[in-house]
Amino acid sequence: MLTVYPYFLKAAWVTIQLSVLTTILGLFCGGLGAAARLSRFVVLRYIGAAYVSFIRGTPALIQLFILYFGGPQIGIQLDAFEAGVIGLGVNIGAYMTETIRGAIISIDKGQIEAARTLGMSRGQSFRKVVLPQAMRLMIRPLGVNINALIKGTALVAAISVVELTYTAQRYIGSTYKPFEMFLISGILYMIIIYITSRAVTWLDNKAKIV
Amino acid sequence: MGLDFSVVPDYLDVIFLGALWTIAITVGAAVLSFFGGIFFAVIALYAPTLVRLPLRAFEWLFMGTPLLLQLFLIYFGLVQIGIDLPAFVAGVVGLGLHFAVYNSELIQTAIVAVDKGQMEAARTVGLSRGQALRKVVIPQAVRDVIPPIGNNMIALLKDSALVSVIGVTELTLSAQLAIGRTYRPFEFYVVAALFYYIINLGMEAVLRRIERRVQAAR
Repeated sequence: MLTVYPYFLKAAWVTIQLSVLTTILGLFCGGLGAAARLSRFVVLRYIGAAYVSFIRGTPALIQLFILYFGGPQIGIQLDAFEAGVIGLGVNIGAYMTETIRGAIISIDKGQIEAARTLGMSRGQSFRKVVLPQAMRLMIRPLGVNINALIKGTALVAAISVVELTYTAQRYIGSTYKPFEMFLISGILYMIIIYITSRAVTWLDNKAKIV
Repeated sequence: MGLDFSVVPDYLDVIFLGALWTIAITVGAAVLSFFGGIFFAVIALYAPTLVRLPLRAFEWLFMGTPLLLQLFLIYFGLVQIGIDLPAFVAGVVGLGLHFAVYNSELIQTAIVAVDKGQMEAARTVGLSRGQALRKVVIPQAVRDVIPPIGNNMIALLKDSALVSVIGVTELTLSAQLAIGRTYRPFEFYVVAALFYYIINLGMEAVLRRIERRVQAAR
């Protein structure tokens, strides 16, 4: 029993790496997606809407398979870990697009009008007035997205990345101690999620106007 | 190796059958998650501590761990203690329980939000506590959370792809079977994605109708 712990810890580290990289890529895609959806240009708005609709309308697992197994057919060669990060990042990016867009459009229109009246350009009023306020609103919902993403990293077990779920599955198969294996990996997931949500709460409190 | 979608029509019947299984799993798990959610919510709110605490731990575990891991536990784990569920049943139970926990959270808040006067009035008219819950409080609570429960069910449809991993021949695994014969992963996964997208649109339309009807009944 004791001999399996190091493997689980190593696997947890892979899950953490996956989560961090996916979060970064997801925020990037989410920012781009939100910018496209709120753009002045119709074409960009359509592209943004199509991105959100297709990604949110199909299973992440299928998206991962298209990228990893189908990628080589269109000249994209990725190893399982890279495919996992890119697939999951683009996936969660669609959800983050909606989170970020939601926060931005919930800022009162009067704020922009006031900023414009003071002589700021469209870009300035967005950067200096709307965005700082929207950022504050999006911390919590983005935290929910990240929480889902951490659990979502389990999907890469299906393309044989040796992370927590893959490791648990392997030892459930070989040890005859399914519940112990489930519990070990489950507790590790919960520790990762707990730390993340504490960090989000800390950030949210820090961003609050006193 | 370029793309060649001309092989797809030969396997459309396989894919179509897989799509029907995906719908069956989704509907089965959705029903289980709905009633399971109500059941868990009632226990969480009204059962004695001795029953409530283990359930709380169970909920905690199911919300804090990936669905895929839970499916592995239910399918590969239960066999080792002598419970041999067919893959389809394991899939429906796993998805159903997972989303029941999420639905339970929603329903709990909604039950608490129903005006206390409703329960008091029902008791005054002579209904027992259980009857009052079943016939007066819960219907009103559930009505309030139909939209977020609907969102959970859309998520459930997409997560049903995960049961391919435990060997249920639904849409994803059907696509994989076709790929095994043709070595055309890109084509068949894209086709599977399109099927999911269409089922998703259909499901959203159904949910919108239900929401509208529930709103009208108010």
